Amino acid sequence: MPVNLLEDDVQSQSGTDEKEYHWTLNFGPQHPATHTTLRLVLELDGERIVKATPHIGYLHSGFEKLGEHLTFNQYVTIVDRKNYISPPMNEVAWHNAVEKLLDIELTPRCQYIRVIIGELARISDHLLCAGAAALDLGAFTAFLYAFNTRELIYDVYEQMSGYRFHPGYTRVGGVLYDFDEKVFQRIDRVVQHMPKVLKDMEKLLFRNRIFVDRMRGVGVLTKEMAINLSCTGPIARASGVTYDLRKDQPYLAYPDFKFLVPYATEGDCYARFQIRMEEMVQSVEIIRQAVKNMPGGPANVAIAEKFPLPDKATAYNSMEGLIQHFELIMPNRGPDSPVDEVYAAIESPNGELGYYLVSDGSQVAWRTRTRPPSFIHFAVFPHIIKDHLIADIVAVLGSLNVIAAELDR
Amino acid sequence: MNESNAETLPPVIGQLKDRFGSSVSRISTFRDNVRVLVDRSELVAVLGMLKAEAGFGLLAELGGTDYLGYPNRENGARFEIHYVLLNQETHERIIIKVGVEDTDPWLPSVVSLWLGADWMEREVFDMYGIRFEGHPDLRRILMPDEFTSFPLRKDYPLRGRGERHNFPRITREQS
Repeated sequence: MPVNLLEDDVQSQSGTDEKEYHWTLNFGPQHPATHTTLRLVLELDGERIVKATPHIGYLHSGFEKLGEHLTFNQYVTIVDRKNYISPPMNEVAWHNAVEKLLDIELTPRCQYIRVIIGELARISDHLLCAGAAALDLGAFTAFLYAFNTRELIYDVYEQMSGYRFHPGYTRVGGVLYDFDEKVFQRIDRVVQHMPKVLKDMEKLLFRNRIFVDRMRGVGVLTKEMAINLSCTGPIARASGVTYDLRKDQPYLAYPDFKFLVPYATEGDCYARFQIRMEEMVQSVEIIRQAVKNMPGGPANVAIAEKFPLPDKATAYNSMEGLIQHFELIMPNRGPDSPVDEVYAAIESPNGELGYYLVSDGSQVAWRTRTRPPSFIHFAVFPHIIKDHLIADIVAVLGSLNVIAAELDR
Repeated sequence: MNESNAETLPPVIGQLKDRFGSSVSRISTFRDNVRVLVDRSELVAVLGMLKAEAGFGLLAELGGTDYLGYPNRENGARFEIHYVLLNQETHERIIIKVGVEDTDPWLPSVVSLWLGADWMEREVFDMYGIRFEGHPDLRRILMPDEFTSFPLRKDYPLRGRGERHNFPRITREQS
């Protein structure tokens, strides 16, 4: 099916004579409503946007090149910093790919732990996205409620790993520390608090005339365009693509949980906002079930598997643990990985977050290609912002939830 | 990368073999991935057939790898570009790979099939210097326009070649 390209559309709509009235506006990279360092060059007809050209790369840090020089466990600190709104989800995605390469089957307890931290990350991401969407449109209170709740999630991260922002919590074949009673208490606080904050946000926003008027019908993405532009996650689901990797290509322990996948057909900013609000309800439900049915047993796979890093107690108190630790930490030692390549993807808060991992047989990846949802979703922006007003930019940007660190890597 | 048994492969591989013959080679599976190496000349035809007839409607991912110095790789091109396609009805995935030599680094663009390939192809061009013929707007995307190297190539050092210190600076008076 031939598809019209953006440039052709613009040319056919506006002849050369008309173009003389157009003027160009630079938006960003340091504009508060862009959230992070995004830059747009807008071609305007009055206040109407004729063409938007995003210029990205201001935060490019060579994360993928770094991945070719760090071991599978070391690189987890770098993936944390890609989507820094939901760091544990990046860790789960990265080690999911590594474990698929090495063919490591996680223990049931570890699978549940990863489901919990992943869903906490999803809630924290959606809270920020929904809250910031409201903030950009002038609804400050809802944002404060949402941001305040994220602190409770950071408390969980702090208790489980010792770090509030970038936990660096997963390891090949397991996690840094097993969950203890205090972690469960803090998760419980999040689960108790969430229905209340969602209710508050709902009351403030769902029937708020200004908010709804500025979101509804703005930035419409049709189902065909969503698929054509490789959209996944909440953005695709708001356009009627009912695809969720947790249901359709299950990984970890997701088949054990009962949850629903919300979708809408409008494809506008308001639909994307509502999808995120509903996904938070479902995530809380998943966490509640996971905590209730948390399996016992070890969190990490046995050290006979060669790749997992032994925990501190094993490393200091047993000969096998010490040897294993030495083998993994010292350079030029350690077990071999298969000389092959693998693509593994999970459902991150923004959509499919995948890694194309090429291994040359060592413990350092040959290539760590990220499939970054923010990058793919920002490419959608020039297509759906056309013929909107400048004031709609913040609504559309907010609903796409572009995280510049993941966009530029 | 062994040739896999025919019975474990999905039926679409058979269709590809029948249609494109020797242009489709090195069919392999690893874990749940199915990979097919396709000739550059048939790339757009293969992807178009998979999209239109086999239901692989979503281009999930497009990226490249530089195999310079990769172990046990006597034959095979220096670069390989992968296209991960997803069938949202049957939940199947298929990975189409295509080799590119660094003496003649170009590929046909697939933007005419998927608009989503636009930025992903630009990133591959930016990082590996592979030109996509027929791309509507092939410019660098992450690196600045003045940049002359291709940073994800294996012969490019991790710490760069000092470009960062030699960028042209625009002072307030010049601007």
